[in-house]
Amino acid sequence: MNINATLIGQLIAFTVFVWFCMKFVWPPLMEAIEKRQKDIADGLANAERGQKELELAQAKATEQLREAKTQAAEIIEQAKKRASQIVDEETQRGHAEREKIIAQGESEIEAERNRVKEDLRKQVAALAVSGAEKILAREIDAAAQSDIVEKLVAEL
Amino acid sequence: MASEYTTSEYIKHHLTNASMCNTDSGIAFNEACADAGFWTWHIDTLAWSIGLGILFLWFFRSVAKKAATGVPTKTQAFVEMIIDFVNDNVTSTFHGKSALIAPLALTIFVWVLLMNLMDLVPVDVLPTIAGLIGQHGFGMDPHDVYMKAVPTTDLNLTFALAIGVFALIIFYSIKMKGVGGFMKELTMQPFGHWAFIPVNFILESVTLLARPLSLALRLFGNLYASELIFILIATIGYFQLPLHFMWAVFHILVLPLQAFIFMMLTIVYLSLASEDH
Repeated sequence: MNINATLIGQLIAFTVFVWFCMKFVWPPLMEAIEKRQKDIADGLANAERGQKELELAQAKATEQLREAKTQAAEIIEQAKKRASQIVDEETQRGHAEREKIIAQGESEIEAERNRVKEDLRKQVAALAVSGAEKILAREIDAAAQSDIVEKLVAEL
Repeated sequence: MASEYTTSEYIKHHLTNASMCNTDSGIAFNEACADAGFWTWHIDTLAWSIGLGILFLWFFRSVAKKAATGVPTKTQAFVEMIIDFVNDNVTSTFHGKSALIAPLALTIFVWVLLMNLMDLVPVDVLPTIAGLIGQHGFGMDPHDVYMKAVPTTDLNLTFALAIGVFALIIFYSIKMKGVGGFMKELTMQPFGHWAFIPVNFILESVTLLARPLSLALRLFGNLYASELIFILIATIGYFQLPLHFMWAVFHILVLPLQAFIFMMLTIVYLSLASEDH
């Protein structure tokens, strides 16, 4: 175990090994490790951001769904109100129409009846006059007795 | 334990490096190198450590080449786990920016760990294989074939690592504080008066030199001791198996811990060197 030339050989070997390691072993491996570390860090950050975005989107979707539901309910409510309103209006209008038609019919009937009555009265008057004329043809001048006839007619 | 050894021979055999040197009559091995002095090479330490270093770099490089930034393969995840572990330790301790510290820490951690793990290979396996190869391949006496397979039990290796770290400590000190700042740190601390310059210099030099020395000796001491205990356990006959198991289980903790301590102290020393006081 004496010190001899082996020392020099080992010194050279050591130097060469360290040089080789420094040039060809350490840098590529370190580079790969650091690159991967960066990739993983980026990936984690991305995942976290995605998670956050997802949560945000979910909250937004829930909010929108809720809003849509209230809106839909509102619309339905409105539609119902409107429908009943329409039904009411139509019913009212129908009633009015009916009343109007009935009233019209009644007035028409009334008018007709009056006309017929008038006709009848006139005819009865004419008949009465003609009957009276016939009865009184021989004795009464029609013109002289016309005030009586008029009186009769008015009484009918 | 081979029966033809005495216990002390056996231990000595296991603790001797296979060495190689250049003598007048050509390349020589082992005992022939006793006189070669400094220019002896521990071929087993060199082969195992460089082999393991190349294994480490080849494995990590093959993953790095196919590194996917998307979903990683299991192999890549494993490699990235180690990278991440080292990077966490570096960034929590070293506050400057440096392209060198983290790869340095990674290399030290994985390489030292791999070399330490050789300690868990049963003590006789590799020397026996080496002996058989020597015997049948080269016609050598297996007793003369040495194979110390844990490179971190060789002071040369731990000192080579520590000296490399020490050079970086000096480099970072000068780079961050300038030569003057570094000199000032060595001479004007802890007593900020010119009369204390020699005292300060001695104190600071001890502080500075103690760092690589303790790095090298701690790793060497721990691994050498654990290897020695494994070898000692191997000498006691049939009762060695449970003991080996227990000692090995204990070293599942010790071996990574030593690699981690070496890496961590390297980072701490370099961050101290590059911080202005």
